[in-house]
Amino acid sequence: MTDTSQATIPQRYPFNAPVRLDLDARYAELREQPLVRVQLPYGEPAWLATRYADVKTVLGDPRFSRAASVGRDEPRNTPRQQETGILSMDPPEHTRLRRLVAKAFTARRVEELRPRTRAVADELVDGLLAAGPPADLVAHLATPLPIRVICDLLGVPVSDQDKFHTWSEAIVSTTSLEPGLAQHYLDNLLAYMGALVARRRVEPADDLLSAMVRARDENADRLTEQEMVILAAGLLAAGHETTVTQIPNMVYVLLTTPGAWGTLRDRPELVPAAVEELMRFIPLGATAAFPRYATEDVELGGVLVRAGEPVVVNIAAANRDDTVFADADRLDLTREVNPHLGFGHGVHHCVGAQLARMELRVVLETLLDRAPGLRLAVPVEELTWKSGLLVRGLLAMPVAWGAGPGEGA
Amino acid sequence: MSGVSEWRLHVDPTRCIGSGICAGVAPGHFVLVDGLSRPVAERIAADESVLDAAESCPLEAIVVSEVDSLRRIAPEG
Repeated sequence: MTDTSQATIPQRYPFNAPVRLDLDARYAELREQPLVRVQLPYGEPAWLATRYADVKTVLGDPRFSRAASVGRDEPRNTPRQQETGILSMDPPEHTRLRRLVAKAFTARRVEELRPRTRAVADELVDGLLAAGPPADLVAHLATPLPIRVICDLLGVPVSDQDKFHTWSEAIVSTTSLEPGLAQHYLDNLLAYMGALVARRRVEPADDLLSAMVRARDENADRLTEQEMVILAAGLLAAGHETTVTQIPNMVYVLLTTPGAWGTLRDRPELVPAAVEELMRFIPLGATAAFPRYATEDVELGGVLVRAGEPVVVNIAAANRDDTVFADADRLDLTREVNPHLGFGHGVHHCVGAQLARMELRVVLETLLDRAPGLRLAVPVEELTWKSGLLVRGLLAMPVAWGAGPGEGA
Repeated sequence: MSGVSEWRLHVDPTRCIGSGICAGVAPGHFVLVDGLSRPVAERIAADESVLDAAESCPLEAIVVSEVDSLRRIAPEG
């Protein structure tokens, strides 16, 4: 074990700009070494964890704290430290907020949303097929579906989607928005949600926003109005930005990995396992975020992390750890044991994970059923990718279907 | 009858996905073994944090009940 926190010069992080959905080869080397020191664009240096076991410890062990980042020069991607609400809390404060919404996202409750989600997916695929070929999968399916689902669940008018979808970018932006504009978007999103909450207080409905308002008014000592509004805005924004991005990512990997789409077409019963494998395989994150601070000295990955030092993790690197996943760099749609960290781990494990899983399965099942001959309508190198965001994804994804050139008869 | 009620913890291993939420919310009461959650002790003195854990589990895999009456305390509904 080495104690080098002050001795080594931190490496600039991320090491390289993300290329499509490729994982930087550097991580394979780093998993073989003790933790290294990295320097994000702003804030103090941090340790970087890349091995599965180390990443899981940082995310799951109460000796690593998010709340301890408050008041520190947090490692980050933006000049200003962002208000991250529930993501800057530890138990029991975190639990107090999380319990308010967790019930709406259990596997049991999500299952009740499946028929409606399937109907929405069918309707959107109708539109996709009517628009082409070629047609843009991002605009016709991947963007509207998660927005419709989260709007229904929360009780947000889907007719406002152009507004809040624009503002939501502020939640996942690193450099895509100039800082003043990002703050303006965040302010708009919070003001919008504040107005909606006020309306639900007067006219309750059968939705999560109304339930949150009720819980807040019954336990005013446990939750402030501002906390509730930030939480609801976070659910709306995070509740669709990630899935909107991951749907095209998954279709892209399936269409560009030889045999993958055909395997699922022949064996659609593999879709649930395929969604897990794609969550493991796709490096959704473009950089590191939400550093954890050690609250005491912890031995981790061959170094001593001192109390008060921050650690960032790379989940995609952990998901390619071949001490846990056999043949980890290969996409295996039949992988049976798949304890990936794609939804995180520990108290901040994605609250919408079961909802995202259901949506992703429904989308793939619907596409396999309705557009079995799906393929990219342009060469891979002509696809355009988002940049300056916490997540990687496609700006547009022109697809075609039916018998085409190169597909023979 | 004693003053402190005794609770029983059960984690359904067929439902658990190993999210690690319970072990973070109530670290003295749940531990991950081979990726899945397990109660540290099955019988405990009443402690609110295990109710938080049961209510926070996305799979509702944790059941907290009263030892004496067998009544389920969490999760609700």
